[in-house]
Amino acid sequence: MAEPSALRRLMARKMAVFGMVVIALVVVASALAPWIAPYAPEEQLFDGLTLEGAPLPPGGAFVMGTDLLGRDLFTRLLYGAQTSLIIGVLANGIALLIGTLVGIVAGFYRGWLGGLLMRFTDLMMAFPALLLAICLSAIFRPSLWIVALVIALVNWVQTARVIYTETTSLATRDFIAAERTLGAGNARILFRHILPHLVPTIIVWGTLGISTTVLLEATLSFLGVGVQPPTPSWGNIIFENQTYFQAAPWLVFIPGAAIIALALAFNLVGDALRDVLDPTQRGRD
Amino acid sequence: MVYVTRRLVQSALILLGVSFITFVLLFVLPADPVRQIAGRAATAATVENIRAQLGLDQPFLIQYGRYLLGLIQGDLGRSYLQKTEVAELIGSRLPATLLLMAAGIVAELILGLTMGIAAALYRGRALDQALMMTSFVTVSAPQFVVSLLLLYVFAVQLGWFPIGGYGTFAHLVLPAVTLGILGSGWYARMMRSSMIEVLRADYIRTARAKGLTRARVVLRHALPNAILPVIAMIGIDIGVFMGGIVVVESVFGWPGIGQLAWQAIQRVDIPIIMGVTLVSALAIVLGNLLADLIAPLIDPRIKLK
Repeated sequence: MAEPSALRRLMARKMAVFGMVVIALVVVASALAPWIAPYAPEEQLFDGLTLEGAPLPPGGAFVMGTDLLGRDLFTRLLYGAQTSLIIGVLANGIALLIGTLVGIVAGFYRGWLGGLLMRFTDLMMAFPALLLAICLSAIFRPSLWIVALVIALVNWVQTARVIYTETTSLATRDFIAAERTLGAGNARILFRHILPHLVPTIIVWGTLGISTTVLLEATLSFLGVGVQPPTPSWGNIIFENQTYFQAAPWLVFIPGAAIIALALAFNLVGDALRDVLDPTQRGRD
Repeated sequence: MVYVTRRLVQSALILLGVSFITFVLLFVLPADPVRQIAGRAATAATVENIRAQLGLDQPFLIQYGRYLLGLIQGDLGRSYLQKTEVAELIGSRLPATLLLMAAGIVAELILGLTMGIAAALYRGRALDQALMMTSFVTVSAPQFVVSLLLLYVFAVQLGWFPIGGYGTFAHLVLPAVTLGILGSGWYARMMRSSMIEVLRADYIRTARAKGLTRARVVLRHALPNAILPVIAMIGIDIGVFMGGIVVVESVFGWPGIGQLAWQAIQRVDIPIIMGVTLVSALAIVLGNLLADLIAPLIDPRIKLK
């Protein structure tokens, strides 16, 4: 694999660079939240509401305005970024791990276990994913970790299918047969020859998957069955304030824009990575 | 024919599996539906009584077996709280959802295909890049944000459409567009690459060489050939829509099965949750089956196997 040139080709894509910049910004902002944030995330500020008790619009002392409880929206957004990223990386990491394992076992070892795993994957494909996630998290009164787990349990299916297809096609290639005649065992073939070839696929799906995860977390939290207040998440900020959104649209659209920006960034980078890392896509537009 | 039969059997098995897994999940859940029905003031004896009446004191396999027996006869059980047949509840809500989904598909195709065709015709230019960026935004925007945005702009500010509800065509527009926007990005990209591929084909060059105008070649020769394989994907969309309806229906107050499911989840009304999950899974399985069966009709190079 030509790593440096892959990186250079990635940097040549404007949209991918834009995506990486957004991701970097969100990562830095969430890591530095305790220092950047002007207030504490759960602090209900004395001057955070008008005399009539309405939230304040953006501008003045509060860059992005305040929410229904008089808390600073900018502060909550910064801490919400932590939630999105933790769940994005954690849930997607678990999903990727399950998906890759299932895909490799089914594609490389086959046998009854492989068959069973792929039938189970087919079955999961027929599940209405969002409905399942809502059901699970509504039932378990979720913490951050439960939400991550629920999302992982719903999201590994796509990866498993892709890895399975890749592995089966790799396993039947001539160089694997040649390796076998040379006396290589399963473990050697798997770790020296199959896994390295799967790395690009895993990177691509890992990146695209974070986008799906961020969106699913936001949706669950918006429905009130995701991350629970007072822990801020971009989805539950909208959930808490939506009844008032006609009068205070910033409380819905600023966090909404944040969700779209982050999901978009991972989609752009993932898509560019697919073009750059997959030799069969090279030269296509 | 053998292929179709095998796929049908496969689909039935998948549905059986879905019913089993959902049943297991709902069986092990920590929330107790009987408590919900009986209310807080109920005595232990009443609770046990209700439990026995619903057959919830039976072991898991017997409960599941009973459910399956009913299912074969088209009986989805009774709602715990609404005291109505689940099949009847779903039946009364299904038309609204089907209408919304059909309108969503129309919106998705109009938006997606237009974007894709325009991008292909202006390939490499600013319009193409702007449209491809838009296609990424549409697949990155959660449906609740899109629906609130559309509501704010077109219902609250402009007053063109009602804020929510059901009944007239005006009620249908915003939820349908919300559903359509998500998929339109995928269609835009598929349509674009399909169109570019067709425009490269020899018969297009021949048509141009015969002296036909560019507009005529695009409309009469390229478009029909490029559009078919894209439209064949509609079946696969149904799964995406099935997820979206829960959110969209609850934001817009659309009385379909998504709203029904959402209310049932909040009240732990298990028979309804089971019923809606199965109906959704059925729709997804049928959609995939349809897509697989249509593909070879459109492109004879694809063989059923």
